[in-house]
Amino acid sequence: MKYQPVIGLEVHVQLLTDTKIFCGCSTTFGSEPNSQTCPVCLGLPGALPVLNGTVVEYAIKAGLSTNCTITPRSIFARKNYFYPDLPKGYQISQFEDPICQNGWLDITLAGQEPKRIGITRIHMEEDAGKLVHGDSGMGDGSGVDLNRACTPLLEVVSEPDLRSSDEAVAYLKQLHQIVTWLGICDGNMEEGSFRCDANVSVMPVGSKTLGTRAEIKNVNSFKFVKQAIEYEILRQIDLIEDGGTVVQETRLFDPNSGKTRSMRSKEEAHDYRYFPDPDLVPLVISDQWVERSRSELPELPGQRQQRFMTDLGLLPYDAEVLTASRALSDYFEAGVAVHDNAKAVANWVMGEITRALNDSGTSIDACPVPPERLAELLKLIDNGTISGKIAKTVFDEMWKSGKAPLTIVEEQGLVQVSDSGAIEGIIDEILAANAGQVEEYRSGKEKVFGFFVGQVMKASKGKANPALVNELLVSRLKG
Amino acid sequence: MNIFDMTIHELHGALKGKQLSSLEATTALLKRIESVEPQIGSFITVTAEQALAAARSADQRIARGEGTPLTGIPLALKDIFLTEGVRTTCGSRILSNFIPPYSAASWEKLRDQGAVLLGKLNQDEFAMGSSNESSAYGITRNPWDTSRIPGGSSGGSAAAVAAGQAIATLGTDTGGSIRQPASHCGCVGLKPTYGRVSRYGVIAYASSLDQVGPLTRDVADCALMLEAVAGYDPKDSTSVDTPVPDYSAALTGGVKGLRIGLPKEYFIDGLDPDVQKAMTAAIDTFRRLGAEFVDISLPHTDYAVATYYLIATAEASSNLARYDGVRFGHRAQADNLLDMYTKSRSEGFGTEVKRRIMLGTYALSSGYYDAYYVKAQKVRTLIMNDFISAFTGVDVMLTPVAPTPAFKIGEKINDPLQMYLSDIFTIPVNLAGTCAMSLPAGFSAEGLPIGLQLIGKPFGEETILRAGYAFEQATEWHTRKATL
Amino acid sequence: MKMTIADVEQVARLARLELTAEDKELFAGQMDAILGYVEKLKELNTDGIVPTSHAVPMENAFRADVVRPSIGLEKALANAPEKTGTFFVVPKVIE
Repeated sequence: MKYQPVIGLEVHVQLLTDTKIFCGCSTTFGSEPNSQTCPVCLGLPGALPVLNGTVVEYAIKAGLSTNCTITPRSIFARKNYFYPDLPKGYQISQFEDPICQNGWLDITLAGQEPKRIGITRIHMEEDAGKLVHGDSGMGDGSGVDLNRACTPLLEVVSEPDLRSSDEAVAYLKQLHQIVTWLGICDGNMEEGSFRCDANVSVMPVGSKTLGTRAEIKNVNSFKFVKQAIEYEILRQIDLIEDGGTVVQETRLFDPNSGKTRSMRSKEEAHDYRYFPDPDLVPLVISDQWVERSRSELPELPGQRQQRFMTDLGLLPYDAEVLTASRALSDYFEAGVAVHDNAKAVANWVMGEITRALNDSGTSIDACPVPPERLAELLKLIDNGTISGKIAKTVFDEMWKSGKAPLTIVEEQGLVQVSDSGAIEGIIDEILAANAGQVEEYRSGKEKVFGFFVGQVMKASKGKANPALVNELLVSRLKG
Repeated sequence: MNIFDMTIHELHGALKGKQLSSLEATTALLKRIESVEPQIGSFITVTAEQALAAARSADQRIARGEGTPLTGIPLALKDIFLTEGVRTTCGSRILSNFIPPYSAASWEKLRDQGAVLLGKLNQDEFAMGSSNESSAYGITRNPWDTSRIPGGSSGGSAAAVAAGQAIATLGTDTGGSIRQPASHCGCVGLKPTYGRVSRYGVIAYASSLDQVGPLTRDVADCALMLEAVAGYDPKDSTSVDTPVPDYSAALTGGVKGLRIGLPKEYFIDGLDPDVQKAMTAAIDTFRRLGAEFVDISLPHTDYAVATYYLIATAEASSNLARYDGVRFGHRAQADNLLDMYTKSRSEGFGTEVKRRIMLGTYALSSGYYDAYYVKAQKVRTLIMNDFISAFTGVDVMLTPVAPTPAFKIGEKINDPLQMYLSDIFTIPVNLAGTCAMSLPAGFSAEGLPIGLQLIGKPFGEETILRAGYAFEQATEWHTRKATL
Repeated sequence: MKMTIADVEQVARLARLELTAEDKELFAGQMDAILGYVEKLKELNTDGIVPTSHAVPMENAFRADVVRPSIGLEKALANAPEKTGTFFVVPKVIE
């Protein structure tokens, strides 16, 4: 029998606020355990939560960027369960009336039509702390670190619209791109800033009834998401083929084995007893607020990609690469603003800049060659001051020294030679010294033409204007 | 006059006039606590040394001419208020070793004025009770008759005021926990409008109902204390950002023309005859003072207790989940996680707390949530609407605080439902979120205090204080002292 | 409705309470009486009535995203029943 996988994703997006969602403690990653805590996030008796307004702003931005409706009146609820990393014995989350509802994202797999993936809801909630095992002084026990407790999260819940691991990854990448683009999440999957739980089930092709799903917890890279989903699909199909049944359960992905396994600690059936948190008041978001937020949204990657194609004439592939991140895209635009040759700027950003960044492990934000300087360099090529070949030398020097391109060209005497007389002189010398090749050319072996160009460029130390060299060579050889 | 029987305003006058020092007053109170505490049991913790130190620094402040009406006044707090560095138990074994790293916002306000903390007062465990019998630190006895309960859950707060163990105290009121003990102990107790006083640093029982309020020896003191603790607190999302009036200035002016409502559902057949008599007398007094009476109805009164016990226990079941033995409080010996939770909580909580956690957990659990919790929230709306429409025709309401005077210790302990029903006249006010005050209005044939309740509109504390003050000026009930 | 011992046990499990056999009996009876009493709410028609969470109308209480000092490790751990220098310690958590 053929099986159809059905996948829905729940993504936890840690928000880039300075403080936690319900208290003023810092959210800085990697501090000494339990040093960033206060009565509120420790869940001490008498402590009360107060909502961080920036979290709401970020949630609205995320909702608007994923085509959601912003709920005019939303409330916070308590999700009650006991766990050592959950200080109050309940998590403050949203249950009924989450802040964003009914959105979607369009994903496109290579060679396929775009597909719309529904977003059921986006809600705000607090994160739990961390459990640590095997540190000194803990004996057989586990350690509890509450620095992360109460940090703000958005949970983005998709509809079960995804049908393959590739679709899941494409959706996830797009969501990742949007939240990092908005600047509301650092997107760091290793540190857990962007985490994914996958609900996976399979059903016979053509069936209308969904199979029983397993929830795979905390898969922390795109690669692992793909692996975990693929493993889980096969596991469920094998199970059914062998006459077994899939049980609804929580499973943990093990990156070492590439397998998922049942989580013992989550076996007990939960009854979370959600109810509105009486310590918090309703969140009322007016139309004006939504519209203000909408007007403050940056141009989103999809929109910018479209503009790069229609206004700047970029090819779809180039437009996509150049909108991979907001920083890269902004860099490109800043370059085009100084030098109006989008094609050339695009080629250089995707070529030399990307290569140099990769080689040195630098991010685009820290690029030692600012976009304005790159544009100046390209201007020098386009106005004939230097050749494209020399430009690469100049670029290397710019990267190293931080100097302006024109300064380097002048200091090193790299200005292109476009003086016909000077070039003709060099050509004459080369032709005289290579009479044999001249004969070959004239007898029809035009391939040697390249040889002459190379010799002339070499003799001019790369400074001769290549177009002029070509032109003069042709007339000399034919003449 | 005994120093320990003085009011805040009397003692403040004496401190200001240098007839007395705070150190002398504090010493007198500490002595009184020592002598009557074996009979009463108001305190869980007495902070004698800190109190004397605070009194000395208050005296310096007064000497510099920087005193306020509360500087140097020896007060005590229900043990539900967090006090930095001073053990706070909430009447529970589970917090027997809990030393808070921060203080309640309301206590900070008093402390900043130079008030002296004598200690932490006994209460029903986690404020769950109407008799102070559910404390893990022993029962508190009524100073007027030590075979009787002082009321609860702020029983220690009321008994201490009545027994001369503190000039005034703070309590909390979730379903009557300030007003009912004030009534039983013959003092003044006020539950402010929800949101009037910060709940930050006050251990939560039922978050949508809990309010902080004073217990005092007269209405003027009540106004002083309320003014000191009221006000917006950005640390409490449910605190309301409206200016705090000058409550002391609002006392005078009388009740001429004041329209007082008498809700018929509060004057029922089961009312104790002595309570009925006191109410009739009080009505006469007010009428004599120029007030007008209007018969009104709060038709959903009969549903209030059921509504309250669903909402309060549901919220409590969640509020008390943090007592898990992980970060603070009692932890039982256990070698696995589940046992650590269940054993710590089972050893740490008393029977009444467990009963309410059970009820609340049940009311929120899957399959019952709509039938119990949501239904109760809807009926709460009806009860609130009763008050809104009744208040269109009257300025305040007058009712008894409790159907009977203080009952005997042990009398209702085995029948929780009967115990719950004794809060019938106080609970609706918490559900409606408005303010109400209990003040002395007579004595039973057996010599037990009887309180009357004045219910105000939301943020109408000034009006009930003014009415209460006028009544107090015309009567002498508040001047009687329990003999110990 | 009748509260059974099994019901009481189920609720106790959710609430992380361990009850003695006597307590279970006692609570089953008392909860039965109390739940029987609250049945009276069903007499009221509440169709279309909005549930009340807070009696005083309130909305939108926000805090600015500005860091406030934490209380520090020592105070955070001061009341811990079991701890190392930096962690709260609990019996082993099996995931």
